[in-house]
Amino acid sequence: MSKTLRTYEEINEKIAKGQVVVVTAEEVIDLVREKGIERVAREVDVVTTGTFGIMCSSGAFLNIGHTKPRMKIHEAYLNGVMAYAGLAAVDLYIGATQPAKDDPLNKVHPGEFRYGGGHVIEDLVAGRDVLLEAYAYGTDCYPRKKLVTWINIRDLNEAYLFNPRNAYQNYNVAVNPSDKTLYTYLGVLLPRMGNAGYSSAGQLSPLLNDPFYRVIGIGTRIFLGGGIGYVVWQGTQHNPSVARNERGIPKGGAGTLAVIGDLKGMSPKWIQGVSIRGYGCSLALGLGVPIPILDEETLYYCSVSDEEILAPVVDYSHAYPHGTGEVLGYVSYAELRSGIIKIQGKEVPTAPMSSYSKAREVALTLKQWIQEGKFTLTKPVAPLPGVESGVRFKNLVERPVETSVLVGR
Amino acid sequence: MNGNGKKIVLRFPQEVADRPIVCELALRFGLQFNILRASISPHREGIMVMEVIGSREKQEEGLAFLASRGVLVEPLSQDIRMIEERCYHCGACVGLCPTGALFMERPSFLVRYDPGKCIACELCVLGCPARAMEALI
Repeated sequence: MSKTLRTYEEINEKIAKGQVVVVTAEEVIDLVREKGIERVAREVDVVTTGTFGIMCSSGAFLNIGHTKPRMKIHEAYLNGVMAYAGLAAVDLYIGATQPAKDDPLNKVHPGEFRYGGGHVIEDLVAGRDVLLEAYAYGTDCYPRKKLVTWINIRDLNEAYLFNPRNAYQNYNVAVNPSDKTLYTYLGVLLPRMGNAGYSSAGQLSPLLNDPFYRVIGIGTRIFLGGGIGYVVWQGTQHNPSVARNERGIPKGGAGTLAVIGDLKGMSPKWIQGVSIRGYGCSLALGLGVPIPILDEETLYYCSVSDEEILAPVVDYSHAYPHGTGEVLGYVSYAELRSGIIKIQGKEVPTAPMSSYSKAREVALTLKQWIQEGKFTLTKPVAPLPGVESGVRFKNLVERPVETSVLVGR
Repeated sequence: MNGNGKKIVLRFPQEVADRPIVCELALRFGLQFNILRASISPHREGIMVMEVIGSREKQEEGLAFLASRGVLVEPLSQDIRMIEERCYHCGACVGLCPTGALFMERPSFLVRYDPGKCIACELCVLGCPARAMEALI
């Protein structure tokens, strides 16, 4: 363990005095190359990270307020998209990937998925009116059975994003060696390895700058969708046990974050509904995490560059859908970002699904907020499960269901 | 392609969709052409995207001939449009675009569109998650 250089309290005091030194995870790379870890660790208080990409495991809780007479909503649609109503009377959860109820889906492949939960969230954030249709079975205390009305985010009691899994620490690079075009969540994959889809901000990505979750934990205040949010738990499928390189960087999808944030403070610039051809609808989102430079080790980890981060190349025509775990090779984010990678001797153009320019803008915005004293750092109240936790991502083991159970279903 | 090539979109109404018209560009006017895309809709209307190569004078004569036969002729560049306010510059389209009309500007990592290089294959329309690429064809 290297010597503590500063505490959260000291950083926040410097923020209050306007004396804090902040750089982005991209800027810090050259700074460390130029001046060395020791000197930069003394000079820099905070490094800001950022990512902007499609994050499917996202959604929002809404409380629409009570009607007269009262209603315990059983089934609800927002602009024709089903929201989960299995909560208290007027609480709803709208999930990012829920398509509109009359969407033709993939009946004519590849489906367009023009409008879904992510678009509803974008419309709410943009302050546009959203049509609510709700149904109930009626009870003595909640007699109303039907409701059709416009709602607007400004009138909702609460509207907050609660995303079970965001900010994946590293991810696959998808290729398609087959003879037909594939429509995947990593984009349209052209046959005979005509292109390669990937999605990570690499050197700017939050968890790639804190690979062992030394400073990012439960309670960390973050940039979320242009507003303020918090890390609330490890994300679903959090998998710290993935093999790592000598810098501690996982060689595939590893850690994830569950995050929360007030939708009312967010901006459509940072939260946008998306339609992935042949796959579904989702939400593109900007997320940034500040990293306090508590010691030299923290700085060492966040000085990582795209050359040092490797991603596995996976065949999405076979290995991925069938879960074989086979990897065709590894490429660095520097190669991916160059626009061309080499796989099995073939030059393949790369097609990113996450936006590097927006990731950079997230990190720069967060940097500015901290410099202007609008954003202070929080110390985690509990750590995320690390390598030592033994937490491991499991596949489902299916168990045969007895005929006696199936009868009558 | 060619310095004096012109990319156009031809629309064939139902009445002319089954006639040999395009070949006259070569036979009568000595123009070369490269068909980039062609399809006939269920209503039997045809659409063809092509690059016509030859002198400006011959091009004008040839296109006037097509118009006289009931074919609607439009320049291609107006047909694929980038909706700037929806684009978040991921670059999914860049890895699909076969001509480099869509490209990643460096070091800004912003996606740029050069309509002059577009052949209206519409792969970008298919691949853009933000629905920021629009085909008006």
